Amino acid sequence: MSALDPREELAQRLGLKSVPPPRFDSPAEVQKLLAENDYLSDEAIASVTYLADRLAKPVLVEGPAGTGKTALARAVADSIGARLIRLQCYEGLDESKALYEWNYRKQLLRIQAGRPEGAGTEEWHHLEEDIFAEEFMLTRPLLEAISAEDPVVLLIDEVDRVELETEALMLEILSEYQVSIPELGTIRAKQIPMVFLTSNNTRELSEALKRRCLYLYVGYPTIERERDIILSRVPGISSALAEQIAQVVRSLRTIDLKKAPSVSETLDWARTLVVLGREEIGDEDAAATLHILLKYQSDIERATKELFARSRPVA
Amino acid sequence: MLNLLGDFIGELRAAGIPVSMSEHVDAARAVEVIDLADRSMLRATLAATLVKDGDHLPVYNTAFEVFFALRSIESIEDLLDEASKAEREMSEGAAGANSPGQGRGQGGGSGLSAQELSELLYRALLNGDAEALRFGSGEAVTRYAGMEPGRPVGGTYYLYRTLRNLELDTLEQRLLEATRRDHPDELAERLARDEVTSRIEQLKAEIEREIRERLVEDRGSRALAKSVRKPLPEDLDVMHANRDEMAQLERALRPLSRKLAVRLARKRRRRRRGPVDLRHTVRRSLSTGGVPIDLRFKPPRPAKPEIFVIADVSGSVASFARFTLHLVHAISSQFSKVRSFVFVDGLDEVTALFDGVEDPADAVARINAEADVIAFDGHSDYGRALVTFHDRYAKDLTKRSTVLILGDARNNYHQAHAEIVADLHHRAKAVYWLNPEPTSYWNSGDSIVNQYAPYCDRVIECRTLRQLEAFVGELA
Repeated sequence: MSALDPREELAQRLGLKSVPPPRFDSPAEVQKLLAENDYLSDEAIASVTYLADRLAKPVLVEGPAGTGKTALARAVADSIGARLIRLQCYEGLDESKALYEWNYRKQLLRIQAGRPEGAGTEEWHHLEEDIFAEEFMLTRPLLEAISAEDPVVLLIDEVDRVELETEALMLEILSEYQVSIPELGTIRAKQIPMVFLTSNNTRELSEALKRRCLYLYVGYPTIERERDIILSRVPGISSALAEQIAQVVRSLRTIDLKKAPSVSETLDWARTLVVLGREEIGDEDAAATLHILLKYQSDIERATKELFARSRPVA
Repeated sequence: MLNLLGDFIGELRAAGIPVSMSEHVDAARAVEVIDLADRSMLRATLAATLVKDGDHLPVYNTAFEVFFALRSIESIEDLLDEASKAEREMSEGAAGANSPGQGRGQGGGSGLSAQELSELLYRALLNGDAEALRFGSGEAVTRYAGMEPGRPVGGTYYLYRTLRNLELDTLEQRLLEATRRDHPDELAERLARDEVTSRIEQLKAEIEREIRERLVEDRGSRALAKSVRKPLPEDLDVMHANRDEMAQLERALRPLSRKLAVRLARKRRRRRRGPVDLRHTVRRSLSTGGVPIDLRFKPPRPAKPEIFVIADVSGSVASFARFTLHLVHAISSQFSKVRSFVFVDGLDEVTALFDGVEDPADAVARINAEADVIAFDGHSDYGRALVTFHDRYAKDLTKRSTVLILGDARNNYHQAHAEIVADLHHRAKAVYWLNPEPTSYWNSGDSIVNQYAPYCDRVIECRTLRQLEAFVGELA
């Protein structure tokens, strides 16, 4: 193939002196590095992370709440020794909070300071050039990630919360790794950052955004993986208990609940059981601590009915 | 590889997954940087670049299984000539060591008896032995599926045949009994039961995979892809969905209605066609020296429509009615009032069931038990239901009310009473008829859509969640 490697091509476009070497050799290495940082990935997660690096593309991570989407970005940052820059999205997020803002107080000070006894000594166009310099700019997460010299991982969290217009703000960064500022021109990335976007799927993201990203769906883990996650994240837990916890959670997820227990809730539950000094889950323990896993009263009632329906009368 | 990728993408598009040109390019670039011999890597790569919606993944996976089947393909490069080989084999009548042709001789090829096979599977399931499970399902397919080369089927039939002969129920029972002994506790027993169910599911998946791979060998990827193609959840035909598909629909409905509500709320907020707010504008103009540059508007107070839903809940269209009621109530904040009525041959108002319920699904579930909809024989009688509605509730209709009638208009040869619809149309702002049957079936047999149609503003074919969502979105 005559086409350039995607990283080389991007480096050329950004005017980087050298092409940064790939961060990972193989998906297996990703998996290993993430595991060292207490994040147990599966094949899909490792493959997509590997691809994101090799293709220099952002990753859009979608899935139910509490399945480790944000944790993935954090673990990747830790494993490559990069700084994590996080942009938490919310409704009403705008340019001045996401990209950059002119520090107009400082600009005002500069104008006043530059005016000695006789006004007009300083040419206006000098002044103008001066006050629209990077010095007078407040960088916000997106711009900060682009202009950083050190390795960074950019996390745009819960991107589905912003309006469609704000989403469009991110497109330039996601595909070109650059930001255009009318007064300054285009600021290009000084390195190729890794970018993760997470979404809880509360609304349909725009096609334009999806097209620019690799897509990763993180669902609930398989029972084996969940058990391993519990083992690695909860100190002092026995593997028998972890196995049992994973089984209970799987059974709960098969029941039709409003909010199925997520991995983070599973971990909370596991920690509780360890603190309580349990080696095995009995009916009563489970019933007494179910509220950690389930957040709706109706869910708790339903789960109790399903899981320990017949043991009730005895007690 | 590029040709194969192109074919694969063609199949995805045919199945309804939108794949853009630039995503195609991404995929082509991505496969250059990965190890092609690693099948799961390839699966993840193509999924990441081509599929941008979690709900589409099952469809993608099916297509992937067909196009990049495991058997007899060491690496993907082989696949290139595999396609042509498969075609050649087809014309020759397929006769290889592993070819499905052998499957016809019952039990041919292996020394296992039916007893031994079932014992093998039992032990594989009990110990969670994946290797043995794979071997066992291969044997089972050879033995029971009775596959005939060249038959243009999707494999469901073979699957059914194999499963029936394996007597899974007995197998499940044995597994349960084996595990029950050491689980006196209630919770533990339930866990064990779920474990058994999940293992049986594994076995089914394994057998399905086996059958699919043999079919690919027999007929080639492209031909097979077409017959195993499954529609996306939002394109499933609500009226003819089987149990699995119904579960899929139920699952798709909740996020769908939530998204719709978010979108509509946003649309309403953003429309700023309220009148100019003079006080606010003058206050604003002070900062610009009294010149009103920045106009302020009063928040819009749009007339929210009132909705009357009249739904046929008789057997044939019950699920469609449930979905529509769910969707309409999920976005009820967009309407000033929603009143729901259900009927078979009697009619009953069910609005109260939705009052104060967080999740419309709960209310919908209660309709069946609590609504009093049968007056005579339990066969739909549109005429009668409409007359009842007219007598009791027509006086509540105003020029701001929109009436939705849901049903297939299969009236069991009862009297139509179309003049009622005419009167409703006269009183209300609009009358829409949603029909879950395909247009081509309308007015065949006892369907009398045409008698009502002249008095409706629109009669809409509404077979899938996608169509339903589009219509409800328009309404608000």
